[in-house]
Amino acid sequence: MKVALFATCLTDTFFPSTARAVVRLLERLGCSVEFPLDQTCCGQMHFNTGYREHAKPLARKYTDVFQNYDYVVAPSGSCAGMVREIHPTLGTSPPRTFELAEFLVDVLGVTDVGAWFPHRVTYHPTCHSLRMLGVGDKPMALLRAVKGLDLVELPDSTHCCGFGGTFAVKNAETSTAMLADKMRCVLDTGAEVLSAGDNSCLMHIGGGLSRLRAGVRPVHLAEILASTEEDPWRATP
Amino acid sequence: MARNPVTWLGSPTFPKAAHKALADTQLRQNLRKATGTIRARRAAAVAEMTDWEMLRVAGEQIKDDVLARLDTLLVQLEESVTARGGVVHWARDAEEANRIVLDLCRAQNAAEVVKVKSMATAEIGLNEALEAGGVHAIETDLAELIVQLGDDRPSHILVPAIHRNRSEIREIFQRRMGVEVSDEPADLAEAARVYLREKFLTTKVAISGANFAVADTGSIVVLESEGNGRMCLTLPETLITVMGIEKLVPTWQDLEVFLQLLPRSSTAERMNPYTSVWTGVTPGDGPQQFHLVLIDNGRTQTLEDSIGRQALRCIRCSACLNVCPVYERTGGQSYGSVYPGPIGAILTPQLVGDMHDKQAASLPFASSLCGACFEVCPVRIDIPSVLTHLRAEVVEAKGRTAESVAMSAAAWIFASASRYEKAQKAGSLARFLAKDGKITSLPWPGSKWTSSRDVPAPPQESFRTWWRKNRG
Amino acid sequence: MASAREEILARIKAARVPPAAPVVRGYNRQGPSSVELFAERVADYRAIVHTVSGVPEFLTSLRGKRIVAPADVPAEWLVDGVTWLHEPLSIEELDQADGVLTGCAVAIADTGTIVLDGGEAQGRRALTLLPDYHLCVVRADQIAGSVPEALARLEPTRPLTFISGPSATSDIELNRVEGVHGPRTLEVLIVT
Repeated sequence: MKVALFATCLTDTFFPSTARAVVRLLERLGCSVEFPLDQTCCGQMHFNTGYREHAKPLARKYTDVFQNYDYVVAPSGSCAGMVREIHPTLGTSPPRTFELAEFLVDVLGVTDVGAWFPHRVTYHPTCHSLRMLGVGDKPMALLRAVKGLDLVELPDSTHCCGFGGTFAVKNAETSTAMLADKMRCVLDTGAEVLSAGDNSCLMHIGGGLSRLRAGVRPVHLAEILASTEEDPWRATP
Repeated sequence: MARNPVTWLGSPTFPKAAHKALADTQLRQNLRKATGTIRARRAAAVAEMTDWEMLRVAGEQIKDDVLARLDTLLVQLEESVTARGGVVHWARDAEEANRIVLDLCRAQNAAEVVKVKSMATAEIGLNEALEAGGVHAIETDLAELIVQLGDDRPSHILVPAIHRNRSEIREIFQRRMGVEVSDEPADLAEAARVYLREKFLTTKVAISGANFAVADTGSIVVLESEGNGRMCLTLPETLITVMGIEKLVPTWQDLEVFLQLLPRSSTAERMNPYTSVWTGVTPGDGPQQFHLVLIDNGRTQTLEDSIGRQALRCIRCSACLNVCPVYERTGGQSYGSVYPGPIGAILTPQLVGDMHDKQAASLPFASSLCGACFEVCPVRIDIPSVLTHLRAEVVEAKGRTAESVAMSAAAWIFASASRYEKAQKAGSLARFLAKDGKITSLPWPGSKWTSSRDVPAPPQESFRTWWRKNRG
Repeated sequence: MASAREEILARIKAARVPPAAPVVRGYNRQGPSSVELFAERVADYRAIVHTVSGVPEFLTSLRGKRIVAPADVPAEWLVDGVTWLHEPLSIEELDQADGVLTGCAVAIADTGTIVLDGGEAQGRRALTLLPDYHLCVVRADQIAGSVPEALARLEPTRPLTFISGPSATSDIELNRVEGVHGPRTLEVLIVT
């Protein structure tokens, strides 16, 4: 199965270990993964901030770059949501694009990906995965099948972390108040790792936890699922 | 044209108002408790309905039909109401509506009127206009009474005093009613009963809003809990109902959808304690003079917007407020309008109709676009989509700003992979700002981020660089 | 200058809203019209509910009270020992009564609601509003299963009052408290 990876600009630039983990994971599951180098950004920041006209050429570019692939996989619910739900309103017909957990469960039909991750983990189901894409319980099913992983339910998990793209800057104080409650819930679990399917939310919650020296590490779902006993996850420096 | 009183004169923009509200620990605690309670109760009330999604779809479709045939249905309503002995008035804006109501009160020589809670009359600032004209309006809904006696402003569509807890309500009642009362909710309710009883029994004119008006029968519908609505709708000699032109349903049958959607979405009950339905005047039962005032006040200009008009489907249940993470933390007064929360963020700027109005233009940005509002909306208003649509209008109205220049530059960079990669490499130099893999302080506007969160240091090599080296 | 009416109607026309899709009524139209469900749902609102085979036997509990009754309640309901108050009654007289006894037009099992329409054994709206106690008699055949079934049985141009439990409020901290302006005690007699 030929799959294109849409790394998303944020992960490509700031979190390359997540994109490398997606490649490793999908290849382990028998996919042939390609990364078209002409890809850039889905236009979500522009669209959500009110720069719809700037988002249009980026949507067209996305379709041009990925149109010859059967499947496009993104390690981000919000970017996959932008492509699937918003690009059609910008006059393009994007190729079939999936968030990682959806792709694994719905397209590949697996929940046990053979992963090993001996840590106490809690999971934040990001808003766009949950409500725009309807990913539902799939990430939890994947995590439950990971050997050695101690999964702790996150209280009020469906509440927004307060990121919201430029919202975090335009309404920084309200965003911080939301973040404070999310961090409290994360800390209440006693987890050492906070996972999510979106590096943007993880950057937000993780950035707050880091400021507090809370000792909880944000790790993208892909990196947990890519981790095996033979080749375990290691913190990138 | 006079300014639309749907926003309060002199209100700061949302971020400024939120700055103050977020620091109010009592407010934060009250909102956390109240919204948490109602969220859980609503979820339970909805969960027992196996056909909830079908009801939502029907609610959406009926309201869309109303908007598509609004002129015809309004004329039909006018005919039905008139045929049953009511008088219909039309008002283009708040000023015109207030003048009509004041004239009707004066015609009855009324110095005092009793009022049923109504968003339409709050939107047009009716109480203030009546007061200026020498007519005192007494709010009879418990929460409205708390707001009125506290010289306060509303902060919620259903429960305008949601920002007050029991001990604050007790203090207001003791001060303004001159009674000793405990902070037990039952005692507070009893105090309101005693305080208003005489007013109900003696006041000759009542003013109400309407939850629904049935076009083909002329029936007006008011849902309430306390019985203050029944008092106002039954005992006075004259009833004046003020409603927005969009509050119609085409037929009596259509009500079967909304009488299921509204109570469960708003108070999380299978049915609210009292619903009153009346059609014009009934000889020997209730007010013998009935006036219906239909107000536009920005609705027709909202109707022109193909995406924004769905805000007119709203049935004022306030479910979106109760689930909104922004509302829960800032409270309703931060929105500077009688319509707060997610629905306010899309309805208020459209009713104001001027994206150069800084306060109104700040409202569509008061959301993280988490989508919880859309999920609970009983008439399926896609609030996140309307928010981004209105943000685009604001950006257009603002013209060239530092932000728009930065956004254009970013779009130019993203339009080409090679420009993007160059920018990525230049940006990765920011890692030299980092200590222990994180950046703790950035210049403005990045400082808005680093005020409360660290930024990960950009890695030495981006994913695409790695891919090129290892797979390319 | 055009009137407000003409101007508003013209602006609506100018908005050119396209026709809407036909309404799909895929929701449940019918529900079980069971006495048990109705009784359970009424009781959920903290109303007092009794299922009885005859009304007069029950009414002895009203002895010594001043109870309002519409002129057309069945004669057998007007038991001895109760001071029955009949129309015409002033607002003050209604306010000072101990209670009111009525029938109803329709009841709804799904939501535990009673609907009055001013018809037989119900009187005008003020009668069931001012006394602090409302005793309402519901015949089993008056119970509709669902809200749609109940609305279909009603005549919308009559003055209607839907009652679901005693008066209540959610205005203090968004939690329900019973007893504000309307009758603080609602007692329902279901006659099977």
